[in-house]
Amino acid sequence: MADPVLSVRDLTASFRTEGRWREVLHGVSFDVGPRETVALVGESGSGKSVSAMAILRLLPRDSCRVGGSVRFDGRELLSASDAEMRRVRGDSVAMIFQEPMTSLNPVLTIGFQIAEALIQHRGLSRSAAEAEALRLLDKVRIPAARTRLHEYPHRFSGGMRQRVMIAMALACRPKLLIADEPTTALDVTIQAQILDLIKSLQDDEGMSVLFITHDMGVVAEIADRTVVVYRGRAVEAGPTARIFDAPAEPYTRALLAAVPRLGAMAGRSRPLRFPVVDRDTGAEGAMPETPDTVRAAERPVLEVRDLTTRFDIRSGLFGRVTGRIHAVERVSFSVAAGETLALVGESGCGKSTTGRSILRLIEPLSGSVLLDGEDVMALDPKALRVRRQRMQMIFQDPFASLDPRMSVGAAVAEPLLINRLATRREARQRAEDLLAKVGLSPETANRFPHEFSGGQRQRICIARALALKPRLIVADEAVSALDVSVKAQVVNLMLDLQADMGLAYLMISHDMAVVERMSHRVAVMYLGEIVEIGPRAAVFGDPQHPYTRKLLAAVPVPDPARRRDRHGLADDEIRSPIRAPDHVAPERHYREVSPGHVVQLWGADWAGPAARDVAA
Amino acid sequence: MGAYILRRLLIAIPSLLGISLILFVVLALAPGDPFGELAANPNVPPEVRAALRVKFGLDDPILTRYLRWLVAMLHGDWGFSFASRVNVDTLILQRLPTTLFVVGSSQVLALLVAVPVGLYAARRPYSLADQVANTLAFVGFSLPTFFTGLLFILLFSIKLGWLPFVYQADLPGSGLAWVWANVRQAIMPVAVLGFFQAASYTRYVRASALDVARLDYVTTARAKGLTEGTVTRRHVARNALIPVVTLVALQIPAVFGGAIVTEQIFRIPGIGSLLIDAMLSNDTPVVMAVTFVFAALVILFNLVADLLYGWLDPRIALR
Repeated sequence: MADPVLSVRDLTASFRTEGRWREVLHGVSFDVGPRETVALVGESGSGKSVSAMAILRLLPRDSCRVGGSVRFDGRELLSASDAEMRRVRGDSVAMIFQEPMTSLNPVLTIGFQIAEALIQHRGLSRSAAEAEALRLLDKVRIPAARTRLHEYPHRFSGGMRQRVMIAMALACRPKLLIADEPTTALDVTIQAQILDLIKSLQDDEGMSVLFITHDMGVVAEIADRTVVVYRGRAVEAGPTARIFDAPAEPYTRALLAAVPRLGAMAGRSRPLRFPVVDRDTGAEGAMPETPDTVRAAERPVLEVRDLTTRFDIRSGLFGRVTGRIHAVERVSFSVAAGETLALVGESGCGKSTTGRSILRLIEPLSGSVLLDGEDVMALDPKALRVRRQRMQMIFQDPFASLDPRMSVGAAVAEPLLINRLATRREARQRAEDLLAKVGLSPETANRFPHEFSGGQRQRICIARALALKPRLIVADEAVSALDVSVKAQVVNLMLDLQADMGLAYLMISHDMAVVERMSHRVAVMYLGEIVEIGPRAAVFGDPQHPYTRKLLAAVPVPDPARRRDRHGLADDEIRSPIRAPDHVAPERHYREVSPGHVVQLWGADWAGPAARDVAA
Repeated sequence: MGAYILRRLLIAIPSLLGISLILFVVLALAPGDPFGELAANPNVPPEVRAALRVKFGLDDPILTRYLRWLVAMLHGDWGFSFASRVNVDTLILQRLPTTLFVVGSSQVLALLVAVPVGLYAARRPYSLADQVANTLAFVGFSLPTFFTGLLFILLFSIKLGWLPFVYQADLPGSGLAWVWANVRQAIMPVAVLGFFQAASYTRYVRASALDVARLDYVTTARAKGLTEGTVTRRHVARNALIPVVTLVALQIPAVFGGAIVTEQIFRIPGIGSLLIDAMLSNDTPVVMAVTFVFAALVILFNLVADLLYGWLDPRIALR
């Protein structure tokens, strides 16, 4: 191999917390060759982001110590002066970050923010730098770049902002691009676009990329070599194909086993538990088949018919309605006891609003929601409160959905107490039983949420939802924020609970691979409407609607051998569901492809860019 | 934007009506009689007092009096001061410029101190400079203005004899000497008010800058290779000062209130001392007018704060 561009040796980092130094990186070493893409992969807290920040010395100096050696282009960075370091940053090494919504300064125009690095490093004048910024915006394929140059970041969608970030990073033609989870916060179709963009720009510019991610699918898609980081150590490194085919270390095996693989479920009709691999020994645990839980013969627990929810947009002197967000538009489906219906789609498609409208957390405009045959829409507030006991919700963010000042036991017991279903003593006992049921020891009841990890907190949220013995659980992205191995455990838990208690799940998710793993039926939502619904095997195995196909095609596959060469990638954004106030929703027609598999007939607008995307 | 301002001004009308009604009723129900002094004067027969009360309509029902006040107000008639025997609006216009001068200068001073100190302290949290700034801010805002005011008078006027401690609005003279005399007598009140404000603004600027400093776009700016100074000025300060600007705008009415005490100490013939004098002599028309002006200022500066917010932060769309 040619001389590496970046060579990291025994990198250590310690943080000072409450007066004590705690080492979080214990000597990580790796190289990045010219034009090479190296993925640093690991779960949250493994130290992968800290490594990236340490390379550019962006960690706070007062509370963090970095040791070891970082050689870039033959020069040691850790001992370089501040001024030398500033000349490296943004010039020969550039960085992009995870959260496109917050990594751009909201009060400066994007043109200026791109120009800043050029003015700093190339000494260009403001106008020359902005002309160059325009060229860069074209290069990252931002439509109408000339008019958008002087706009502020809030006018851009997440995917477009990430393009701006990339343009900013590329401004001085860096030799090395450090990308810290650049696609994690994006929708799958947008993620695919950004990955393609990074790859093609890498070819054009001949730069090396250090790609930090937790997503094995993304790794398989983009990396030449992979470094697996676990608890502050690089446990395994090698060519990506080798890591995926023959992982040597137990942790790598455990990590790969937990990765949901789209298409792994072909030929199965029931959900499947994730295999459990021990992180330290690599031994694979037994994987029991899930029993058939669906009670198809009974009346469905939940029947939704023509549910419509719209939000008014008001403006002008008297707050006239000048538009409406058609968040949910004539949505119909049913969920049987013991069944999981997944509602999938990208941000803004109305899937969360659908879930909330069913519980009437958001008041729908029209339609009917039958819970065990009883119309939820017709209930008065008091009766609604009683009925809500039978439908509970689990939210995405386990950090924000538990009250930090309430002990875990009290949080789980609260639903029983506020509904006057138990005395304090009984509720306490029930809470401990429930915590045991979700795999936490009953003694944890006295502890507070901050003492638990994300996965444990999500278990607590599940215990809380189970307290009222619900019939239906609406799980709104319940596992999306969790690390892969934790995600696998929580999915297994949810499957066990379903078998145990005959729960019906309405699972709202954008994660197609998890959906494939744990759902019986799938409904695909696009711009507030269900465009395709059917048994999971049918929708995934034989997708009909162009949007379903596009969605499935965009999911990264954790298999480097199946890396796709995408060409002619589209730059279209997810469209907006905002309509004029006098908009009348068009009449929709549906076709039954096979028993239970129904697809909306699509119009000519799908023949355009989307179809091209699918063909590619 | 235009529609937004218009709507906010329209909303202000019922607010002001409500405030004025409450003020009027409270003042009318309060004990005390503007002609109470006359009762103690044996030379004034009770009939004269009664005639005066009838002349000013003091014995009518409260609502009638309120409506009369309102109609007069709408015609630009602010009432008549019982104590000073002049129109209330002339009185207020006499006093307002002095207060504006003192309060305005003290705000400028407060910001000139608070913004650099707060930003500097936030650059290195818990460093020595930060600790010193914090301690001073804490001291500054724990000491009430009447204490620091008296301390200043004791030190600079009585011990050292550098500065006058009685403020004169109608200083004789002209030219540069006159300007200097005016500045000299304003130094102490402006400093007392200014440092008090600066103390609380400093803490606010520091907290706001610390919040911004850990945001992703500041890291982005550093990753571009910008110098620390540029990062602080362009990326931290611009965002951190948005809430500060609105805080200042919202504080201005409160500062007028706080200036009342300072005005008393330094004998500044401003609107605050006018209010105190009017209260002591049961001069209800003046009390009513001054408090009403304060209320209008609160509403006005609320609107100003919102407009500034929308102007400074491109994410805020005023509709």
